[in-house]
Amino acid sequence: MLLIHCPYCEEDRSELEFRWAGEAHIARPENIAAISDEEFAEYFFLRNNEKGLTYERWRHIHGCGRFFNAARDTVSDRFLTTYKAGLPKQVLPETGASEKTVETYEATEGDAR
Amino acid sequence: MADHIAVRTLPLTGFHGGSSAVRLEAAAPAERISLRVRAEDVAALSGPLGIDLPVKPKTSSSDNGRTALWLGPDEWLVIAEGGSDVGNSLMQAAKNSGALHSAADVSHRNTAILVSGQGAAAAINAGCPQDLSLKAFPVGACSRTVLGKVEIVLLRTAEEAFRVEVWRSFSDYAFGLLAEGAQDAAV
Amino acid sequence: MSASSNSGAYRIKGAGRLTPARTARFTFDGKSYTALEGDTVASALLAHGVHLLGRSFKYHRPRGILSAGPEEPNALIDVSRDAARRQPNVRATVQEVFDGAKIASQNRWPSLKFDVGAINNLFSPFFAAGFYYKTFMWPREAWVKVYEPFIRRAAGLGVAPTEEDPDHYASRYAHCDVLIAGAGVAGLTAALSAAATGQSVFLVDEQPQVGGALHYDAATTIDGQNGYDWAQRTAAKLRAMPNVTVLTRTTVFGYYNHGFLGLVERVTDHVAKPGKDLPRERLWQVRAKRVVLATGSIERHMVFANNDRPGIMLASAARTFLNHHGVAVGRQVGVYTAHDSAYEAAFDLKRAGVSIAAIVDNRPDPSEALLAEARALGISVLSGHAVTDTGGRLRTSSMTVARNGGGDARKIAVDALIVSAGWTPSVHLFSQSRGKLRFDEANQRFLPDIYAQDCVSIGACNGTDDLAELIGEAIAAGGGSVALSGENRFEWTGGMIGAAEGAGPDTTVKAFVDFQHDVTAKDIRLAVREGMHSIEHIKRFTTNGMASDQGKLSNMHGLAIAAEMLDRPIPKVGLTTFRAPYTPVTYGTLVGHSRGELFDPARKTPMHALETAEGAEFEDVGNWKRAWYYPKRGEDMLAAVNRECRTVREVAGVFNGSTLGKIEVVGPDAAEFLNLLYTNAWGNLKPGKSRYGIMTREDGFVYDDGVVGRLAEDRFHVTTTTGGAPRVLHHMEDYLQTEFPHLRVWLTSTTEQWAVIAVQGPKAREIIEPFVEGVDLSNEAFPHMSVAECSVMGAPARLFRVSFTGELGYEINVPADYGPAVWKAIWERAEPMGACLYGTETMHVLRAEKGYIIVGQDTDGTVTPDDAGLAWAVSSKKPDFVGIRGLKRPDLVREGRKQLVGLLTKDPNVVLEEGGQIVVDPNQPKPMTMLGHVTSAYWSENCGRSIALALVAGGRARMGETLYVPLADRTIEVEVTDMVFFDKQGGRIHG
Repeated sequence: MLLIHCPYCEEDRSELEFRWAGEAHIARPENIAAISDEEFAEYFFLRNNEKGLTYERWRHIHGCGRFFNAARDTVSDRFLTTYKAGLPKQVLPETGASEKTVETYEATEGDAR
Repeated sequence: MADHIAVRTLPLTGFHGGSSAVRLEAAAPAERISLRVRAEDVAALSGPLGIDLPVKPKTSSSDNGRTALWLGPDEWLVIAEGGSDVGNSLMQAAKNSGALHSAADVSHRNTAILVSGQGAAAAINAGCPQDLSLKAFPVGACSRTVLGKVEIVLLRTAEEAFRVEVWRSFSDYAFGLLAEGAQDAAV
Repeated sequence: MSASSNSGAYRIKGAGRLTPARTARFTFDGKSYTALEGDTVASALLAHGVHLLGRSFKYHRPRGILSAGPEEPNALIDVSRDAARRQPNVRATVQEVFDGAKIASQNRWPSLKFDVGAINNLFSPFFAAGFYYKTFMWPREAWVKVYEPFIRRAAGLGVAPTEEDPDHYASRYAHCDVLIAGAGVAGLTAALSAAATGQSVFLVDEQPQVGGALHYDAATTIDGQNGYDWAQRTAAKLRAMPNVTVLTRTTVFGYYNHGFLGLVERVTDHVAKPGKDLPRERLWQVRAKRVVLATGSIERHMVFANNDRPGIMLASAARTFLNHHGVAVGRQVGVYTAHDSAYEAAFDLKRAGVSIAAIVDNRPDPSEALLAEARALGISVLSGHAVTDTGGRLRTSSMTVARNGGGDARKIAVDALIVSAGWTPSVHLFSQSRGKLRFDEANQRFLPDIYAQDCVSIGACNGTDDLAELIGEAIAAGGGSVALSGENRFEWTGGMIGAAEGAGPDTTVKAFVDFQHDVTAKDIRLAVREGMHSIEHIKRFTTNGMASDQGKLSNMHGLAIAAEMLDRPIPKVGLTTFRAPYTPVTYGTLVGHSRGELFDPARKTPMHALETAEGAEFEDVGNWKRAWYYPKRGEDMLAAVNRECRTVREVAGVFNGSTLGKIEVVGPDAAEFLNLLYTNAWGNLKPGKSRYGIMTREDGFVYDDGVVGRLAEDRFHVTTTTGGAPRVLHHMEDYLQTEFPHLRVWLTSTTEQWAVIAVQGPKAREIIEPFVEGVDLSNEAFPHMSVAECSVMGAPARLFRVSFTGELGYEINVPADYGPAVWKAIWERAEPMGACLYGTETMHVLRAEKGYIIVGQDTDGTVTPDDAGLAWAVSSKKPDFVGIRGLKRPDLVREGRKQLVGLLTKDPNVVLEEGGQIVVDPNQPKPMTMLGHVTSAYWSENCGRSIALALVAGGRARMGETLYVPLADRTIEVEVTDMVFFDKQGGRIHG
């Protein structure tokens, strides 16, 4: 179970108090009514689901109730940082992919050096 | 038919529980508001409410039977104990501030369970994942969190005493879980 | 006879740490035995010379006790107190004897000594690895009827209990600075060191007493004391410290993300008469800032022919039984080893008066110190030799010994054979924490290398064998300082992995690698020959390491044999993943408090007791218990609903609407916020009025609906569906906080603040009038879709003139505690007027008669407001709202979309089935082209016929068209109509 630092509560709390809320830094287009189908698809439907360093939103739903952003390494599940909603994307070194990209089950499983 | 005056039926009426280490009781009815204020208007609200709204996370302040619990950066739960009726005094006080805010009466939305005794923290930890050591959760600390499968607001009122605020329809469950936690805390 | 001889003929006077006078009685397969307090079932049975404890999984071979700890693969037993308190597959080496315990062997019929299933052993070529993948391929039907039942009966372990578990289980969250897993020398020392710094410490050990290896290792001294005694004193000292929690009989079974650990504490399994308040087990969910792993190591068995007979066991196990339990595992014991540790076991046994037949060491050059000690004790050592076979049926009676590389074999009589192939560091928790291992070539073992969490491994699990070095490592891990010295008698060397002499690739002997799953060295070689080259494939093909012991003894041997066959170095073959739990955990522990009434919260409205008193049947809506219908004596559901439906339209009905979601939207920008979140326009809604609103997601599909009342310029009372309340608030908060944070508005859930009593029907006004103060209820002053703050029976109330029935109706909102009193007063007045109470079923029928939709029933997440016939609720003037762009997507504006319409069956007495598919031509070939489906279907008492709503492609252009609903046994003919079946002009609502 993850331990998540809430930037509003300024404390690490159990994952039980949080809800994941999708990829971060996808702003709703200002002129949304006027954008093209392609732009809308890009905004609403398409996500990268990257392995390694990922920017995502969480909500401290059973805590302070705030949405915030997090940079997490999806391989190690380590949070590199969390920061308040509205702040610009925190640039972090691409140390995320702590394992070489492996696609097969056996390669992941038999990973002893 | 003006002689029809409604009387209150309290949740948790008839609930008893606890153990040799933990006392569990339903709190008396209280006035409560959910108060939302921007940082710049906090001071303006504090005066009329007669209580300083705490701005530090996980803290509360108490004065004159009123307690303000920090729940979020712009959110407080304000409880006036002994309030026999719906949140008039708190709603009115907030309104008197004239400052920008939102106050919603939640006096009947929540009910509270008082948990006390040397096993109080252990009983709550049967379902609450927070660190309730005095170091991490001192007297006066408060937080919205979870208790098993329900959400609660937890306030430490003394070293061995907590107030568990819970939505009324979840109160049977919360009481039941605390009762089991209390039993285990006495082992 | 003395007490000690009562507790078993193999109990050795003066040996062990148990008290001879403290006995407990138990039965094994019906026969009664005396044990000593502190005995495990294994030690107690061994004390009586009982080695045969069970039959193996596949071949039903007689099996005994292999180890003295949680790694035990063989000695699985069934333990019971009574009929309901029975647990199968318990390790006899872990289960402590309690007075009155009933122990039974497993996987045998009709008896342990004569087991019919043992015939499998004769047919063993048939059961080679992977047999079930290949043997039972054809015919297909036979799998279900013949093969699977056969395999399930023939291969298996214990039998699950059938009665509900009467025990209860506790659960607790805890936090600490340092959690130390394992309370051997390393763990205890680290705890002393950490505790001295004032950190909060959890010291956890799975055994009843601390000490770890000191249970068997009687020769080690620490601080000049006997090691085991030092351990007990140290534990007592630690327990007395306020910052230390010492948990014994507690297993750290899982090491998860971010310092989160799962522990199971066995509270009563060892107690004869547990107190009623005691939980059987307690789950600890601990968040530790730092973790110290002091989990030790596990001795491995030797892989040789017929190495599985009862009486063959690990050397350290024999030493534990002797030095801790005071039990000799035999009178004439053979030793087969590749590691020094077995020598010390032999020495201890010999000193206790047990004959040692010989130490067979497969190494050519054992250390001189050991040989000298053996000579001094009169034990003969055969170095460079191997045990190539064993004899005996239900217990080993001989070992066959031959020089490595060939030569004359000779048979030596033994009644027990103790073995050691060396020690495997317990890196399970380290690996679970996602740490990476390295292979220690010199000692043929995997050791912790790269840590993924704030964690450190110390002692044997870290490959640190030297006691002084281990103590230093432990002190450093604790972060404090402790003065401590320790001394070992012998420094251990040696060890091997893989098959020993006589069980090599050129042989066909049964040399067991995995005892619990009956996997032999031959099976692993077969897997490689069959083309399995990944250790993960080999594991699954052979099931090596897949039993409940998770291969604690077998994995390294299996890996070495596979590596040899593949001719690849061990690290290249890889290691299978260590997964939680470390040892089996009961469901009871994982479930904890979440059973019975605490399984899930049952949310009850303030009026629940009154509804119950009126005879309501309830239905679950989310977690809510909602009154479904109110049957009178003799009424079935249909009759009750028909009566309720009729009564509401003829007189009036009283309905509990409290579960409806409610959100208070407050602030100067409240209307602007609602403009963005709903498709409707809100700016022109005046205080005192309400409006039905539709909420779409960004993709344009209907997400929720509800009536929104404006109480003041800056205050709205928003209602949502019962099930939608939490997610709608979450959705609103998401937009407010992240997309529209500039708006000065706040949201508060008030669902439970208000009890809602709906009074609907022609007499609704007459019913509520006497209770309401502060509002003129006349049609002119308070027309349909009005809202007012007023007083009801002295309670501050919010009154809505609103209707989900199509009748004149009101919804009275009073603070929840007043709900019962107001409900009771209204019902007392309404009942004599001929009104009824009605439940959700009647509510559903009445709204369907009016064509009002239920989001989630008539919509399914792919329905637009226009599809649902609600285009009027979508503002065309607003520059923006959530869904504005989605609604313009080509697919959402195309012709022929499914639209909500009414359906009338040609036969008015036939009620459609919800979910029924709709087609144009019922005689077309399958698969038919489906136009849509029935979303709502009821018998309408008020219409005197059945009614239905349906989503039909191009539905609104099909008015009057005949369509068909084909069912399994018949086809129903329907006519497409509009959605309003009752009071089409809609006059009644304004009554």
